[in-house]
Amino acid sequence: MTTVRDGRGKRPAAEPGTGPADGPARTSARPDAASRTAGDDAPSVRDLRRGRHRDVWGMVRRRLLFIVPVTGLVSAGLFAAAKYSPFDPLVGYLGTRYMTTTEADKAIISEQLGLDQPWYATYWGWLQDLFGGDLGRSRSFSQPVAQVIAERLPWTLLLAGAGLALAVVVALLLGITAGVRSGGLVDRAVTAVCVVVQGLPPFVLSLAAIAVFALTLGWLPAAGLSDGGSDPTAGGVLRHMLLPVVVLAISQVPWLLLAVRESVVTSKGEDFVAGAVSRGIPTGIVTRRHIVPTSLAPFVNIVGVRLPELVVGAVLVEEVFSWPGVAGAIVTSARDLDMALLAFLTIGTTVVVMVGSLLADVVVALMDPRVSTDG
Amino acid sequence: MARRHLVVAGSVLAVVVLYAVLVPLLAGVDDRVTDFAQARQAPSAEHLFGTDSAGRDLFVRIASGIRTSLLVALLCALLATVIGVVVGVAAGFWGGWPDRLVMRTTDAVNALPHLLLGIVIVAMFRGSLLAIVLSIALTHWTQVARIVRSEILSLRQRPFVDAAVLAGASRRQVAVRHLVPATAPQALIAVVLLLPHAVWHESTLSFLGFGLPPHEPSLGTLLEEARSSLLLGGWWTLVFPAAVLVVVTLAVAFAGQALRKVVTPPQPSELRL
Repeated sequence: MTTVRDGRGKRPAAEPGTGPADGPARTSARPDAASRTAGDDAPSVRDLRRGRHRDVWGMVRRRLLFIVPVTGLVSAGLFAAAKYSPFDPLVGYLGTRYMTTTEADKAIISEQLGLDQPWYATYWGWLQDLFGGDLGRSRSFSQPVAQVIAERLPWTLLLAGAGLALAVVVALLLGITAGVRSGGLVDRAVTAVCVVVQGLPPFVLSLAAIAVFALTLGWLPAAGLSDGGSDPTAGGVLRHMLLPVVVLAISQVPWLLLAVRESVVTSKGEDFVAGAVSRGIPTGIVTRRHIVPTSLAPFVNIVGVRLPELVVGAVLVEEVFSWPGVAGAIVTSARDLDMALLAFLTIGTTVVVMVGSLLADVVVALMDPRVSTDG
Repeated sequence: MARRHLVVAGSVLAVVVLYAVLVPLLAGVDDRVTDFAQARQAPSAEHLFGTDSAGRDLFVRIASGIRTSLLVALLCALLATVIGVVVGVAAGFWGGWPDRLVMRTTDAVNALPHLLLGIVIVAMFRGSLLAIVLSIALTHWTQVARIVRSEILSLRQRPFVDAAVLAGASRRQVAVRHLVPATAPQALIAVVLLLPHAVWHESTLSFLGFGLPPHEPSLGTLLEEARSSLLLGGWWTLVFPAAVLVVVTLAVAFAGQALRKVVTPPQPSELRL
């Protein structure tokens, strides 16, 4: 994870003479600073930036190399756990016919399906198929896994993308407002609401939203993508996605918002803010130009850290709202122990989450030169 | 301030725990016995929180639900803390490659979508308490390990460790007699702070139908039942378990934060004494 190395040295000599009110005491130090940036041996801003980019690339390479063994371990563990699961995979395969099939036939079927092999043989076979482009067939959806993903992924991206965007906007707006006037009425109200929402799991929020807006008030549909199984239309989808998107956003807002508020409050106390205020820069400009930019990097960081929770939120929201996305399909395939789909979805999500948090860290490192790239 | 928070949060918790322990004992009703003539009754003097779709009294059932959820959560938090302390002490004490390995592992575990893997594992071993506890404990020890590790690193610099070494204590003695006991306050705080997470995880797993079997009421299974009752207008089946869930998790979280402030106040340097 990224850490702030120190609170100083941001953009060395990048803002020459922003303050028209530089006091006479400073002018004596000025020629010295100017000669330092113009000097031959000192690194120029461009050199610094280039070195920084190299550091960030190093971090990307290290982290990508790290993702490979972790993914390997997780997927191997998954197949090993499936082998030791007390559930007979034949029950899922045969369904109700499990009761009427003789033991001898079961033995033949499990041999043909390769169920009697040790888990690493199954895993190795799965890996070979995966890299050969064959994802297998999903039992619970009676479709090839690739088709399940192709049909359902866009809906999840729509839901999670819209939810995350809404959460980010709300968290930034309210968080900055609350942080700038910390201790004020808005701050106390927003913080209190956030603390309560933090205690509510996404599925409770979903149920409450359905109870109020769908069942009691009847304003919005409770589930699915379209009314009565008709083909989804743009307007219909919009109406159906409103509740799940808002619920997903609300379930993520408290952490993001409290993080923004915290970093705004912290940067309010920094020297450069005190300097800007003492130079007579109006409060609005100090907020927009000094406080908010320095609060954004920690915010991007927390968005990256929260990605796993966003995935879990999407799983729960899709499940409760019967949203036809991949996250809900995880629950369905886990219920049926549909290994072909379950393994691909779990491992795929794990990789996406790890790459996503790496992306967030890269953005943070490029935004804020104070952030170390060791992680 | 912190002490007052601790007292308030502690009293709320005490009330909840008393409710969870006493009501099932005193009610004289088996919360598993169904009575379909009494199904889906709105809250009344007879059934304070109403009844569920099988006519079971929710006031009693929620009490047993809290008990189950808190016990499961406590098991998870204790196990995660034990793992975290052992790993953290080992990493902080040995340093070198074991330390780097531990830090990399915590990074890896932190980067995983916990609950998702929990869902998958618990689905494979459905209804098993051990699977639930392991799936939560094995993904939540990392925070404790990191805190304990950094605590050990700073403890190693403290004069009492130097004194023990000068007095001829072996490395083992220093670790077992001096370093491990000194992490006790951190471990206690960790247990409390892990509790709300564990309650969350357990209720989510149970809600999805992967947790405890439905006749064992936990807050999650109660909320799962609320899902179908809601469609028939049974708002109370959602409101009361959800409210209890929020009150329990928030009270525990507040108690944990207040406890941290009380147990580890900003310490004056030992050298100044």
